[in-house]
Amino acid sequence: MASRKIWLWLSGAAVIVLFLPLLIKNSFLLGIFIVIGLYSIVSQGLGLLMGYAGQVSFGQAAFYGLGAYTAAILATRYQTPPLLCLLAAPFLPALVALIIGRPILRLREHYLVLATLGIGILVFALFKEFSDLTGGPSGLTGIPYLAIGHLVFDSDRDYFFLVWCVLGLVLLGMANLTRSPVGRVFRAIHSSEKAAEAVGISTASLKLQAFVVSAFLAGIAGALYSFWVTFISPSPFGFTTSVEFALMVVVGGLGTLWGPVLGSGIIVGLDKFLQWAVPEVLPTVGGEFEIIFFGVIFVIIMLFRPKGLLLPEKSIVAVAAKTEDR
Amino acid sequence: MGIESQYIQYLISGFTLGSIYALIALALVVTFNITGVFNLAIGEFVTIGALTAVSLREAGCPILFAYILAVMLAGLVGALMERTTIHPARKASVLTLIIITIGVSIALRGAALLIWKTHPYTLPSFVNTASINLLGAVIIPQSLFVLGLAVVAVGFLLVFFDFTFFGKAVRAAMMNRTAAQLVGINPGRLSMFAFTFGSIIAALSGIFITPITAATYDMGFTLGLKGFVAAILGGVTNVTGAIIGGLLLGVIEAFAAGTLSTGLKDAIAMIVMIIVLLTRPTGILGDR
Repeated sequence: MASRKIWLWLSGAAVIVLFLPLLIKNSFLLGIFIVIGLYSIVSQGLGLLMGYAGQVSFGQAAFYGLGAYTAAILATRYQTPPLLCLLAAPFLPALVALIIGRPILRLREHYLVLATLGIGILVFALFKEFSDLTGGPSGLTGIPYLAIGHLVFDSDRDYFFLVWCVLGLVLLGMANLTRSPVGRVFRAIHSSEKAAEAVGISTASLKLQAFVVSAFLAGIAGALYSFWVTFISPSPFGFTTSVEFALMVVVGGLGTLWGPVLGSGIIVGLDKFLQWAVPEVLPTVGGEFEIIFFGVIFVIIMLFRPKGLLLPEKSIVAVAAKTEDR
Repeated sequence: MGIESQYIQYLISGFTLGSIYALIALALVVTFNITGVFNLAIGEFVTIGALTAVSLREAGCPILFAYILAVMLAGLVGALMERTTIHPARKASVLTLIIITIGVSIALRGAALLIWKTHPYTLPSFVNTASINLLGAVIIPQSLFVLGLAVVAVGFLLVFFDFTFFGKAVRAAMMNRTAAQLVGINPGRLSMFAFTFGSIIAALSGIFITPITAATYDMGFTLGLKGFVAAILGGVTNVTGAIIGGLLLGVIEAFAAGTLSTGLKDAIAMIVMIIVLLTRPTGILGDR
């Protein structure tokens, strides 16, 4: 079970989440927090893959998009009840990850980066190309609101609670997973794949499991996104989003529970802040050139803090070592 | 137009764009061999070269001078990138270095958007001759220049690596970094050279392709991506492989776009890359 400290942190976070909508009446700001919640779910999965299993994915937006499109297509073209769509949606990205995972995860370093990046761009191109199913570049409209019984999630406030509840469950799951024997095995793979294999760990199947879990979580977030905006087009699932997901994990801190959440907050917050601040200061120039600062900030973080802002807890390592001694 | 002439047409357009992919792949491979860094920002230097040339020409620069200046500027930016971002992190992990090059590429693309906005620009063809007719297919003279650039670049590299002292030093560092250091070659200086050289090649390809495809602030992204695919096809460390990979990718794309659908062009390129990565990670020329 998760330690008492994690419970303390989680309940603290829950209290903040509970009171946040009372403080923020502005639906634009609340929307930002919903996006942070969604991205945190994706980056939690990616964090398991990158921070624990030691693999990289620069194509995570593909799984996010597959979840979103599965939910949207089931709901609009087959009139499936939204709740059922939400539950079914993550299975397609997970299945795709299961199929492509084993050959792809054999690759290392640059090759793995390029292969996952290629899959992201491939899936993005297919969203645009299969217009009979996906609506092509113009997208899919008329996605219903999510409803559980009589409870319809049609306000940002309700949706905020829903997304952060799901995130809470994901965090709890991750806290448990990373402290379980499986979590320790993941960290072993991260420190040295060869050593892990030498002591009899099947690294290939564990890496595959982490990949599938990461795709599943991205799928959940994608489906939640669909029912929130009720309209989807391919554009939010492109290469830039994949890069942002990877950056969230790295900026927040690899191998930490709260790193991906922090990273998501920083990146979404920075993005929105720059979108607001840059035109205020330089009103004459249009376009999204605020990405300059985005790029520069990443380079600076990578140069001066390549392990991310949060560091893995010493105590986890110590506890892990103690348990393994027994 | 008969089916044969249509196929010849695909082949010609494939070779034209393929030469550009090949050049970008060449820039990537040389940089990778010397530094071990896969420069994901390479595409942005295509943009910098092309759009700087456009601006200088509009400002009244004589055309040849504008081209030379644009290429030099791109080289300078490349050198600056290496000194400020790659060199300080040279001991960092592969992931860190990749994210750094992605960060640089995002920043450069933003800068290009700020300077040149989203308009498409174009440059005049190098010569004003009419198109050439070959078995019913049309060859734009500019295509020949693009092909010519690829040939000249490869020729230059061969001469450079085989007949110059500096070239031999680079090759030595590519083969064994530590041993090269022991005999007095400074790999740090070579790293700056690699990035400058890569940027120059990329900028040249940008200037050569602009009369055919027009230039926008984000042209480098797709071209850079295709450059990676070409480099992977050729086996990442192989100069000849990069050229063949580029041409092959160009032709495959042209045929896929012509016979299937234009929208599938990018998808095909990615499928080709993934298949090669999974089945022959050392490239089409490499050993298994």
